[in-house]
Amino acid sequence: MRLFDVLGPVMIGPSSSHTAGAARIGYTAQKLLGDVPAEADIGLYGSFATTGRGHGTDRALVAGLLGLRPDDPRLPDSFALAEEAGMKFTIHPVELRAAHPNTAVLTLKSKAGRTLVLKAASVGGGRIRVTEIDGVPADFGGDSNTLIIHNEDTPGCIAEVTMSLAQRRINIASMQVFRAAAGGYAVMVLECDSHIPHVLEQQMAVMPGIRKVTCLNIDEPEECEEG
Amino acid sequence: MSFLSCEEMLTAARSQNISLSEAILRSDLAESRLTEAHSREMMRHLWQVMQATSRDYDPAQRSRSGLSGGDAAKVEQAHQEGKSLGGDYLAAVTAEALKTAECNACMKRIVAAPTAGSCGVLPAVLLPLARSGEADEESICDALYVAAGFGQVIAARATLAGAEGGCQAEVGAASAMAAAALCHLKGGAPEQCAAAAAMALGNLLGLVCDPVAGLVEVPCVKRNVVGAVNAVSCANMALAGVDYAIPCDEVIDAMGRVGSLLSPDLRETGQGGLAATPTGVRIAQALAEQG
Repeated sequence: MRLFDVLGPVMIGPSSSHTAGAARIGYTAQKLLGDVPAEADIGLYGSFATTGRGHGTDRALVAGLLGLRPDDPRLPDSFALAEEAGMKFTIHPVELRAAHPNTAVLTLKSKAGRTLVLKAASVGGGRIRVTEIDGVPADFGGDSNTLIIHNEDTPGCIAEVTMSLAQRRINIASMQVFRAAAGGYAVMVLECDSHIPHVLEQQMAVMPGIRKVTCLNIDEPEECEEG
Repeated sequence: MSFLSCEEMLTAARSQNISLSEAILRSDLAESRLTEAHSREMMRHLWQVMQATSRDYDPAQRSRSGLSGGDAAKVEQAHQEGKSLGGDYLAAVTAEALKTAECNACMKRIVAAPTAGSCGVLPAVLLPLARSGEADEESICDALYVAAGFGQVIAARATLAGAEGGCQAEVGAASAMAAAALCHLKGGAPEQCAAAAAMALGNLLGLVCDPVAGLVEVPCVKRNVVGAVNAVSCANMALAGVDYAIPCDEVIDAMGRVGSLLSPDLRETGQGGLAATPTGVRIAQALAEQG
């Protein structure tokens, strides 16, 4: 374990898994959606569902969806902040099969009509794993610059994407490819060593066979500080 | 590479003729690729947050369950009235452990050290020394590196998660980290720091994780006090030259094994120990009914 994982993170209590991790899941989902959601349906599974309320898991998830980081002192007031921001949300338990005990399923819709369904688990010490994105399996931690591409499962798509990253001298740290069914719908998850420029995202979005491009830049400046 | 044993950590300090905190810092820089300035800045930030948590403590704050809050103020008040035992330092350590742990339960900002549930232990032993002028910021940050170094070894050889190892892995580990930090701060040799950590963890071996209603409140808040006071006593013993028969690495390994022998009921599930007492169960039911 890294030194600053042993000491740290700085977080709003009371629980690194149930509060800080939940806030990270919400924050990552908001980044992936690209906007504060207008509507959010939040499903809680396992220990999140049974002890989540007492740990502020619900408030932490909503705070994250508003763009608040896990150490933001406004986290306990997130329900009121959501109302101010015009974000409607519902929170309820869900039944999942073979999921990590601290799992949340977020179904989000932005004002612009963009949608995202994210399943993520809080795996300890405030760290998270995204395990499903729009119904397709995934596995990433949201602690690197991450590019997520939904594409048709056809030859050449992966080459096109990696080529355009190479042209911009962006190094790929890890890459995963998942698909719902052969010849159907696939997802690429690329964790990169440097910032992924917005213009590249737009370029990729219009490439043939690509349905949706989502980008998570961890080094991006805060966007939603007004709460 | 972070250290996989206390022995390696002590050897690194001894062979390079540097302090234990320096050895731990250098080893982390090699792995994290942070610059020394950046790492020290991050450590200072953690220390500043620890101070801010204590400073912003509000005696009127209560957790959502109503189970936590106000106790640190009571301890301070009693001490001011001359009603407490053990002198100024012990009273302050007790109050500070409660303050930070209560703040955690009340959804305030804390530093997980190593976990949120055990966040009160390290600040409790360090804050009074900073306040009295016995330790400056730099020596406290050095002591925090020592704490983190022992925490890393505990994470590598055993666990820091209550769900895996019980409370010995959280408050026990925090206590070992704090004992080593105090020993370093008071000029103890690396071997003495390791002895202090070994004693502190050894004293809390077997401590179960049994949160009432599954919340980080009862008994967690008060266990932070035990971790802190134990750390002070163990640092004192080590600084006096008292030895511990079992080496620190072996104590850590024993903690890991004890953790895996603990019934799941005693590992953060809220099913055993104090959580399973009639009163614990009643509290959990009452909170569930509130919804």
